[in-house]
Amino acid sequence: MWPAILTLTVLALAAGLGLGFAARKLPANRSELVERVNDLLPQTQCAQCGYPGCRPYAAAIVEDVEAVNLCPPGGNDTVQRLADLLGRPESPPLATGPAAPAVAVIDESLCIGCTYCRAACPVDAIVGAHQFMHTVIEQECTGCELCVAPCPVDCISMRAT
Amino acid sequence: MPGPAATYDLGKLHGGLRLPAHKSESTSLPIQSAPVPEQLILPIDQHAGEPAQPVVSIGERVLKGQLLAEPAAMLGAPVHASSSGTVVAVEPWPVASRHGDVAPCIVIECDGEDRAGEPKERATPYTELPATAVLQQILRGGIVGLGGAVYPTAQKLMHAASCELDYLVLNGAECEPYISCDDMLMRERAEAIVSGARILLHALALDTGYIAVESDKPDALRALAAAMSDAGDERLVLKQIPTIYPSGGEDQLVQLVTGREVPTGGLPTDAGCLVQNVGTAAAIHDWLQDGEPLISRITTITGDGIATPMNVRARIGTPVADIARFAGGYTGSAKHLVIGGPMTGRSVSTDRVPLVKATNCILVLSEVPAGGPELPCIRCGDCAAVCPVQLQPQQLAWYARVDNEGELRRHGLTDCIECGCCDLVCPSHIPLTHEFRVAKARIRELEDEKARAERARRRYEARNERLQREQREREEELARQKERARKAGPDAIAEIMKRSQRDED
Repeated sequence: MWPAILTLTVLALAAGLGLGFAARKLPANRSELVERVNDLLPQTQCAQCGYPGCRPYAAAIVEDVEAVNLCPPGGNDTVQRLADLLGRPESPPLATGPAAPAVAVIDESLCIGCTYCRAACPVDAIVGAHQFMHTVIEQECTGCELCVAPCPVDCISMRAT
Repeated sequence: MPGPAATYDLGKLHGGLRLPAHKSESTSLPIQSAPVPEQLILPIDQHAGEPAQPVVSIGERVLKGQLLAEPAAMLGAPVHASSSGTVVAVEPWPVASRHGDVAPCIVIECDGEDRAGEPKERATPYTELPATAVLQQILRGGIVGLGGAVYPTAQKLMHAASCELDYLVLNGAECEPYISCDDMLMRERAEAIVSGARILLHALALDTGYIAVESDKPDALRALAAAMSDAGDERLVLKQIPTIYPSGGEDQLVQLVTGREVPTGGLPTDAGCLVQNVGTAAAIHDWLQDGEPLISRITTITGDGIATPMNVRARIGTPVADIARFAGGYTGSAKHLVIGGPMTGRSVSTDRVPLVKATNCILVLSEVPAGGPELPCIRCGDCAAVCPVQLQPQQLAWYARVDNEGELRRHGLTDCIECGCCDLVCPSHIPLTHEFRVAKARIRELEDEKARAERARRRYEARNERLQREQREREEELARQKERARKAGPDAIAEIMKRSQRDED
């Protein structure tokens, strides 16, 4: 009888430890892993990675095994954290080097009120109406530079913070 | 005098040190009044929170007590003119602050007349005002915590009013060596402190107020006891606490006085206590009873580099050089200028810095008591024995060097009060406190970054949702129009075509 009890106890302990470890350390499913990857990204929504925002990039990292070194605003710290989370220790560092933090500034004397930049801003940090001067809400600007190219009069510049 | 030694079993405080006091040098003279200087330099950021917004323009004449800058955010305090004169500049000036060596200041060229504004009609006595009105009035007085943290008093009280409180604790511990400004204030103006305490008890509707004083200040204890018996207020209780550094830390004081422990990451209000410095209580009295906002404070100018160490009541904004001259000037051996005490103060390189609301001490030393070259940690554990917050400084220093944010948090770095006890006992002379300050700043930075990213993420998601909704609405509208056209049928369309033909003709 004793060997049977011992075997069952050992089995139960091993299973319990294994399950406990899995529940603590491994993400429950893919969508949760995407969330955790997304949490590590800087949320600038700058699309420099080639995806239309941080979440789509996070999804691509998880689903399509996209490289983790495509995010210049996050810097090499983010690359490292992503590599640690996903267990890809051989990830190369950023190809372009980290981006310095900056905010967009509209030269209000040149602005013609075309609303193109407003439409381009991924975080709604530009206010202004058609034919009226626009301005950037500095606290909300992520420095993604997506508003710079659409401006027809080149009145938007980036200022380092 | 023997060097600092760890003290144990002293009341309810863990760790701490008995330090050479060096207080008698500056307490032999009564509080002296410094003259109004030629120039006042008033930083707009003299308090915790956001800098105040200047409301005067260059060239404007201002009177003593006039509002110069008002709080721009939820957390802040106004700045008042300390004397009458002309605003000549609003410009960066060297300061001794935690945020940097230079800060924007309002510079006033004093006219020497020290004219006050028209006295406002006698304000209603505070006892007839509701608590919220008293707090509003305290806010307008520019009063901040004078113990050193300069947290705006009104906001602290407003927060406290929303908590369940049992005790008010007035902090007269003044445990740091050299500093004696609170001691002198308690000796000479005990009645103002008692009056301020009664205002605070009224504003917070409390039944018990402790005034805690270290046992090495018998004169202050006597003066306070006399003032309290004069006032005859039974809500106030005088408490003598052991002389041990850092008994004057807010959380440590609460523990010594009430036996309650402030939880990690919490405030004294979480232990049912509100702590205010005795100087703050006196400032509240001066403002509510005498109508004088916080435009002057008592500061200790001392050290072996000063000819006549003393306590000075000086206008906020007076350059430190002027105060030093008033105290007999520097001695030949003066080498180092520290704003604040020897444990928590800040070395500055110039005496052009002004006296601000936080300046409780101006310390001029002939030599910095440096221990020696830094050596590797030998894990002796002395730092853990003296830590009043019961942290493990040696372990924290390890994690601070490798920037391990998670472990630093888990080991309670954010609870470190930067008292400097661990530095002093470390046989390897490791600058522990300095490393903790840097690591704390780094953690705060990461937190800010995280909060910013979180906000950006929410805005991005909200925008995507909005774009999708707009798209859907457009499609629905199009479908509706198609449906209408289909319902009307070909006859109606022909009718419309005919009508438009007729209009053209």
